[in-house]
Amino acid sequence: MSCDEKTCEFFEPGHRACGGCGPALAARLITRATGENTIIVASTGCMEVFSTPYPETAWKTPWIHSLFQNAAAVASGVEASIKRQGRDEKVVVIAGDGATFDIGILCISGAFERGHDITYICYDNEAYMNTGIQRSGATPYDASTTTSPAGKYSTGNQRPKKDLPAILAAHGSPYVATTSIATPKDLMDKVTRAINTEGPCYIQVHTPCCTGWGFDGAKTMEIGKMALDCGLWANFEMVDGEIVKSRKVKRVPVEDYLKSQKRFRHLFKPQPNEAEIAKIQAIADRNAEKYGIDIKPKK
Amino acid sequence: MLQIMEGSHAVAEAVRLCRPEVVSAYPITPQTHIVERLAEMVADGDLDGEYICVESEFSALSSCIGASAAGSRVYSATTSQGLAFMAEVVFNAAGMRQPIIMTIANRALGAPLNIWNDQQDSLFLRDSGWMQFYAEDAQEATDLHFLAYKVAERHDILLPAFVCFDGFILSHTFEPVDIPTQEEIDAYLPAFNPYQRLDAKKPMSFGMYATPDYYQEFRYEINAAMTRAKDAIRETGKEFGEMFGRDYSGLVEGYRLEDADTAIVALGSICGTIKDAIDEMRDAGEKVGLLKIRSFRPFPAEEIKEALKGVSQVAVLEKNINIGSRMLGAVGLEVKDAVYKSGIPVYSYVGGLGGRDIRKKDIKQLVDWAREGRNDCFFGLREEVL
Repeated sequence: MSCDEKTCEFFEPGHRACGGCGPALAARLITRATGENTIIVASTGCMEVFSTPYPETAWKTPWIHSLFQNAAAVASGVEASIKRQGRDEKVVVIAGDGATFDIGILCISGAFERGHDITYICYDNEAYMNTGIQRSGATPYDASTTTSPAGKYSTGNQRPKKDLPAILAAHGSPYVATTSIATPKDLMDKVTRAINTEGPCYIQVHTPCCTGWGFDGAKTMEIGKMALDCGLWANFEMVDGEIVKSRKVKRVPVEDYLKSQKRFRHLFKPQPNEAEIAKIQAIADRNAEKYGIDIKPKK
Repeated sequence: MLQIMEGSHAVAEAVRLCRPEVVSAYPITPQTHIVERLAEMVADGDLDGEYICVESEFSALSSCIGASAAGSRVYSATTSQGLAFMAEVVFNAAGMRQPIIMTIANRALGAPLNIWNDQQDSLFLRDSGWMQFYAEDAQEATDLHFLAYKVAERHDILLPAFVCFDGFILSHTFEPVDIPTQEEIDAYLPAFNPYQRLDAKKPMSFGMYATPDYYQEFRYEINAAMTRAKDAIRETGKEFGEMFGRDYSGLVEGYRLEDADTAIVALGSICGTIKDAIDEMRDAGEKVGLLKIRSFRPFPAEEIKEALKGVSQVAVLEKNINIGSRMLGAVGLEVKDAVYKSGIPVYSYVGGLGGRDIRKKDIKQLVDWAREGRNDCFFGLREEVL
């Protein structure tokens, strides 16, 4: 199979994702960047379910899924095998945040510590989405999910997002990056860089989920952009454990981003919960400082 | 040429001769000596393959799935808790029809923690879709690896297999073993020829999900392949016999069964002790024989029925317990089913759990119990703690 790189799609339409699905867009952008000489290893999750109902598949490159938590280990075996055979395909994992942050972290840690030449891409929609929107380790503070519901005595998920990029950078990964479907070129550039970097690389892609977060599917890109603009999501690159590049923004307060999604609506009803909103603003402020995303005023 | 070798090292030699391209395993007692020896072979260049030092048994078998799907012959080994930890992947490997061979150095499952031998670990995965072969001695453990790869990789089978041998009793014991030459094994076992593989030149999706419209047919196909495996084992076992003089065409093996009134049925290393006990009982005029089951999956019900047709009672010696079942052991349950229409009574006796020694006197007691019609009980219990 050969094609013009600019037009060729390796993730085809006709799959069963929701209209406006962030992960589906991520898959399309990722596979455009990885190209035809790639083996995709998947975990159980939304993307596997909507893209591969037997006997159909949306994947035009070789693709394998085994279980929820073992994509990194399966990829280790694929890499060892093709290395042994003298083949040159790139091995790319695409897994959701539940498979990555939570149940799969043992396998990921093992694969990164062993130094397999794989690129692990987590599409982060910030909860377990295909089974009914339950909390994961990637769920942000105060988000209401079906297992961290906001209620009389709760304002939703009470823990901040696990810092997985830092954990994988600490494994000695040569390249760790975050990106968003709202910045398609950045996403594709980072994927290209990762697959061309030897060793285990990690990319975390922010993929808004219209169903799980509660927004109109026409606004997926807009919501992704809002997350970047308020600093609750930062696009950055780490090389050998050091942050080397961040996407700068002129930050806006977090309120508009929170108001745009049903998962945060409890923070505004019956009246704005100033204390909780301030805590979320503090998370954005810490991100800004940690990743250096603020545009500094000219002196 | 016969060499005196530790059982684990004989297995490692067998694995080397099978030319696995990827070995992925996590060390766990009493499997450890196998993977240590394989790691040495890779380090010394005696085994030309990739050795993945995984962080867990779960990843060991998961990486075997990846490597097998990418087109390599793969190998792993484990036991007990490691096998239990892999359980989800065990089912998945069979469902994905990857011909992975894994040695099981049989060991008890906790709690309480126990590192010694019984067969609970592999038997609890009897419905996983893996073939299960049980070795009586180091020679058989060695040979069954060649057979297992040959059967598993056939395109009309494509099922993974456990080669089970009793932990410590066989894994850590030195015995004379005839290790074939590389040329001999190359002549018996062809290079791995995957039915299909992950390949950018011919993209395919592996391990998709199946709705109720399709799932059941996958299970049907696995079961059909397991049924076909009986003939495949007979053929490849016969071929092995013709080439090496050790015939494995039978999924079961009888010992002095011809005119026996009482048959003992067992798996694995205990069959050696049983044969000695039978010889003594025969000398004393007692008509006792053994039926050794070499292949527990596929289960050779027809052969068992045929082999046991002349006996008056059957005593199944079980190194496992089928907790909460009407019959105490998993093996007895299936043997009873195999001979059901004949009306021959089948008794299930549980012993040797967690490495408890089974002696010739215990075997003789089982024969007595079977003749008395005593059913489904433990033997060798410490009665003072009951």
